[in-house]
Amino acid sequence: MKLAIASGKGGTGKTMVAVNLAFTLSKTEEVTLVDCDVEEPNLHLFFPAPAITTEVTVPVPVVTETTCDHCGRCEEVCQYGAMTVLRNRVLLFPELCHSCGGCTLVCPNGAIHEEPKRIGTTTISTPLPNLKLVSGMLDTGNPHAVPIIRAAKTLAASDPLIICDTAPGTSCPVVETLEGCDACILVTESTPFGLHDLRLAVDVAARLDVPIGIVINRSDGKDQATLEFCTDHDLDVMMIIPFDREIAAIQSRGDLLCRVRPEWQAAFTALFYKCQALAGVQR
Amino acid sequence: MKICITSQGLTLDALVEERFGRAPFFIIIDSGTGSFTAIENQFAKGAGGVGPKAAQVLIAQDVKVLISGQVGGNAREVLAAAGIAMYTYRSGGTVKDAFDQFTKNMLEQST
Repeated sequence: MKLAIASGKGGTGKTMVAVNLAFTLSKTEEVTLVDCDVEEPNLHLFFPAPAITTEVTVPVPVVTETTCDHCGRCEEVCQYGAMTVLRNRVLLFPELCHSCGGCTLVCPNGAIHEEPKRIGTTTISTPLPNLKLVSGMLDTGNPHAVPIIRAAKTLAASDPLIICDTAPGTSCPVVETLEGCDACILVTESTPFGLHDLRLAVDVAARLDVPIGIVINRSDGKDQATLEFCTDHDLDVMMIIPFDREIAAIQSRGDLLCRVRPEWQAAFTALFYKCQALAGVQR
Repeated sequence: MKICITSQGLTLDALVEERFGRAPFFIIIDSGTGSFTAIENQFAKGAGGVGPKAAQVLIAQDVKVLISGQVGGNAREVLAAAGIAMYTYRSGGTVKDAFDQFTKNMLEQST
């Protein structure tokens, strides 16, 4: 089963849910945790361990000026402004390139070939006997998160139970992570911002046909608006985590709630059973 | 010589748009005759890479001078390579005001 933890709004507790779910499940089965928040990966802070690092590259065009007759076909086909053809030279902007390969295909002179360009890394580690951690890390200054997420997901692809920690928001990195998942947990908080962004996240997951369950985190007991929204949209609130200074302190020092307070493990196991039910997986 | 001024509208009385790649219109004035044409910038609402795309429009129009408030790094590189001179206008006036200041040599060239 492939499970995504997403949120819409940032800072609601995606990572907290992901690390505690993975920690608890790893006591009884093999778990792969994938950090798909490649612009700010942080799962490795909770599970420090020696890791194997692999570079992630994307193909970008290189023009052979001696073969190029500056016809401008590549500039026309490029939808991203990554190539500008002047009378006597071609200007390339690799950071605008989406690696579609269109320019290479349309060049009538075979003057364009592709070369790999590094955009980040993936790391694999085994911090606990039953826990494999895959992290994607985008290089600073690089705008394309999606190929890193794809590479990280590929490293986990054949594993039996995968938990993907998603970036906040509802844009391409979130869509890429949710794609192909059997279920997703949307972590929210009972604030107007939390609810506003939850609506957006529900919309995205629904369009991708990924079944949705809700976790309300930092609940102050005034969750009425969120609960009403969930009822109206037929969404199961699978877990409510109270607003609690101790939980925040444990998380902030990079520790795990379920390690410090093992009594929480039952709640996370129950959450997992509900996710299995959402995904239609038999226990 | 053709001079392009980024504009919020279709006429010389329209306000100068300070952004280059996302300017709604390009007003192109022929400094010899004083006649002008307005071109809608089809990349104004694009997702990304609008700077180089907009610069390509100016190259195709054989523009020699661009007057705008701010030109981004990628667009600047294309314009410079194409030999288009860039002048900065940020006084909040109309296209005509900007053109008058340019002809009086009151605008600063940016590189």
